[in-house]
Amino acid sequence: MEKNYVNLDVNPCKMCMPMGMATVLKGIKNCMTILHGSQGCSTYIRRHMATHYNEPIDIASSSLTEEGTVYGGENNLKTALLNVIKLYSPEVIGIGTTCLAETIGEDIDRIIKEVKDIEPYNKVRMITASTAGYKGTQFEGYHVAMRSIIQQLADNPVKNKKLNILVPHLTPADIRYIKEVLNDFNADYTLFPDFSETLDSGYSKEYKRIPEGGTDAKDIANMGGAKASIQLGVTVPHELSAGHYLLERFRVPLFQIPVPIGVKNTDRFIKLLSQLTGNPIPVKYKKARARALDAMIDSHKYNAQGKATLFGEPELVYSLASLCIENGIKPEVLAIGGKNVLFKKLLAPLVVKEGYNPLFLSEADFETIQQQTIIRNSNILIGSSDGKWIEEREGIPLIRVGFPVHDRIGAQRRLNVCYEGTLRLLDEITNCLIEHKHDGYRKEMYESFYKKQVCSQ
Amino acid sequence: MSSIYKKEPTDYTIIQERNKSIAKNTANNIVSITCDSDSVAGTVSQRACVYCGARVVLNPITDAYHIVHGPIGCASYTWDIRGSLSSHSEIYRNSFSTDIQEKDVIFGGEKKLEAAIAEIIEKNRVNPPKLIFVYATCIIGVIGDDIEAVCKRAEEQYGIRVIPVKSPGFAGNKKDGYKAACNSLMTLMKQSKNLQKVKGINFLGDFNLAGEMWLINNYFREIGIQVVSTFTGDACYDNLIKAPSASLNIVQCAGSMTYLAKQMQKQFEIPFIKISFFGVEDTSESLLKIARHIGDEALIKRAEKFILGIKEKTEKELLYYRKRLHNRRAAIYVGGGFKAISLIKQFNDLGMKIVIVGTQTGKAEDYEEIYKLADEGTMILDDSNPYELEKFIKETGADILVGGVKERPLAYKLGLAFCDHNHERKHPLAGYEGAINFAKEIDESINSPIWSFIKEIDSETEGIEDDVRDIFQEVYNEKIVKLMKV
Ligand code: SF4
Ligand code: SF4
Repeated sequence: MEKNYVNLDVNPCKMCMPMGMATVLKGIKNCMTILHGSQGCSTYIRRHMATHYNEPIDIASSSLTEEGTVYGGENNLKTALLNVIKLYSPEVIGIGTTCLAETIGEDIDRIIKEVKDIEPYNKVRMITASTAGYKGTQFEGYHVAMRSIIQQLADNPVKNKKLNILVPHLTPADIRYIKEVLNDFNADYTLFPDFSETLDSGYSKEYKRIPEGGTDAKDIANMGGAKASIQLGVTVPHELSAGHYLLERFRVPLFQIPVPIGVKNTDRFIKLLSQLTGNPIPVKYKKARARALDAMIDSHKYNAQGKATLFGEPELVYSLASLCIENGIKPEVLAIGGKNVLFKKLLAPLVVKEGYNPLFLSEADFETIQQQTIIRNSNILIGSSDGKWIEEREGIPLIRVGFPVHDRIGAQRRLNVCYEGTLRLLDEITNCLIEHKHDGYRKEMYESFYKKQVCSQ
Repeated sequence: MSSIYKKEPTDYTIIQERNKSIAKNTANNIVSITCDSDSVAGTVSQRACVYCGARVVLNPITDAYHIVHGPIGCASYTWDIRGSLSSHSEIYRNSFSTDIQEKDVIFGGEKKLEAAIAEIIEKNRVNPPKLIFVYATCIIGVIGDDIEAVCKRAEEQYGIRVIPVKSPGFAGNKKDGYKAACNSLMTLMKQSKNLQKVKGINFLGDFNLAGEMWLINNYFREIGIQVVSTFTGDACYDNLIKAPSASLNIVQCAGSMTYLAKQMQKQFEIPFIKISFFGVEDTSESLLKIARHIGDEALIKRAEKFILGIKEKTEKELLYYRKRLHNRRAAIYVGGGFKAISLIKQFNDLGMKIVIVGTQTGKAEDYEEIYKLADEGTMILDDSNPYELEKFIKETGADILVGGVKERPLAYKLGLAFCDHNHERKHPLAGYEGAINFAKEIDESINSPIWSFIKEIDSETEGIEDDVRDIFQEVYNEKIVKLMKV
């Protein structure tokens, strides 16, 4: 379905590519980010991330001015690199482009090549990605960045015993939990990008300008020699997928599976790990699964009342929809802000199999999502805090998952993955439905039945 | 570029170029800093862009359609992020973007913009728009779109106001965005240039954050001051076009609105005065100033009486906070000079010490004033960055930072209290009520129990010590001793 306005995006359900790039770069150890373009883009992206993660987000800009825009921004970028090296002493600098840099035709790879062997540029590893905002959303930006970075850093094809774990935009808590699972399986792995600490760091006496944590560039270098890759994310198209690159370039076997949200999706992940590591499933996870099932039984009748509008990035909506379906929550509107052919292709058979007929919206804006939510009579919204608009206007409750969450605290430590995360998320959804029901049923019953009895007397 | 060098800059930071924008306040104020210049690439400036400035000024206009002509990001990151309240229309809280795609970059975006305006007209026949703003972001000029021509054609075709806002992000900084917005407002008001003058004021530079405009308007109402139009808090088309009929402009946020006031003086012969409703002193003085300007004796009397009553009440409440905040150290890093200056005054009033004052886009004359007001030894920074803020916060031992959204997590990570003095605020900080809210917020943060945990942390134990258990032990022991006695 098309959105209501053809030539306008009214209340966006998407952001731009450099946002995805900036997120991925936060997952590299001792890395700083420069966005090549004008100052505003960097600052807005910092601000957007800072209010979600409640962490300082330092992203530099090459601060292009009128002059740079007309005569080229090469000098600005070089100055930016120098100053970032001085102020942050990073090991790695990731450079992404913005709309402006791409439009005026900046060739950042050439600029980097020119300086990379000169003092002090040679002290850092510089990596680049082309991330013009108008070419895609933060989802594409994220995966383009992952792929480009691996292309540039994975240069050692010597076989090793490690697994590559390629993660999409999850929460830091999710990534921490996935690492816990991997460790419980005794897996030897490189997880990328790992922003589990950098975007959710603890308080320490000494402030670190670049927070600790992140995937070591040295480990990324060896990804081409890995035993296998697990890419969490089925909606990532081949040409953007880092896993596919490693498969094509280095013949690293690829297992592309959904994000482990929902019992079935988690089963896949757990079983795959058991197969790839050769280790049995730890009792801990068997128990967690059993508890999840028990909870699903407890809540199934409440869930049956649910009619959900889901929105956000394709991968998240895909896994949230799986969670809804396996609990009898009707998916009514499934909306993504960008373009993604795999999303509907993969999800439609799943929902149809369960007898549902939801509306798929791609390139949707909130104006359209709102309208369709009303037409479809959804009673719960699941997605980023940008859905607050519909919540506020239509009185439909919103479960805040995904990015960004600007009007609540703690989005960075929210756990959604595996049996445990699934259960927490499900409990929240169920409780919301119960609350809604309890709040409204007296009035509803009164209005439906009471008056009739009065009349018939 | 306005800088008068009276002394070689000191090496405050490792970035040479930045040193000229940093100074320590000294008794004879001999060092003047460079301000109003381009940000230094790679230093992680806290500034946004021209477009950001334009949105700050225009976005509170409630019944306008604000179309951001450009790629989606610029619109997405600025959607409904400011706390300007409305008493009627909510249209301004929507985000409209032409969402420029790659093909538009190649073939131009004019057609899409034209079609976008047409769609807005088409889809809102029931409640027809009166005013549309079209913001040009960075790439629009580069790809050669003539938005002025598009807007002009649309005005002719639909008979409503469609006003371009020339705000490509790279063409200066936030301040240039204010100017672009003011130019757009002038374009809007031209149509009512020759209105008959009335006895009333325009209020410039209040954006009705958390209802601040309403709050101040209540004072005006009690005193008997007529307000013709507001710029731009809770403003709407019908009121804005009446603005040329006012007989006085009062200007609060000087950074964004002085330019407009000057233009209005030139074109509509409306004189202006600068006022401020932040802090008890400034609020009282400003009310009197306005009353005197309007000039009638009865009005001045009423203002004096009003102030006397409300001031006494406010002072009483503030006493409590003054005791709790005495001599604590404040660091200020905000957008413009006006806000910085009014914050210094408020901190002084609370008996606090100022240790850092910085702004993103303050002007030379703002810094002059800052030198005068701030304590000796205060670090003064223009267009600063996280590196410097961290450095000077540590060096000066600040207890609290006042700033915007991006500064907050830095302050917290440094173990510092924080006051949100930004456009997102959810409680008013202006007027008498605001002065109390301000003191309260400072107190709530600075005197929170959390900082006692932070202080105990040393790197070895990470703060986990067992003296807590020791206390229990003592209590238990006492109990045991008692039991034994029985
Ligand atoms: S869409 Fe383009 S211009 Fe806008 S913020 Fe993103 S990168 Fe910058
Ligand atoms: S593209 Fe330009 S106008 Fe848009 S956010 Fe970036 S600097 Fe500002």
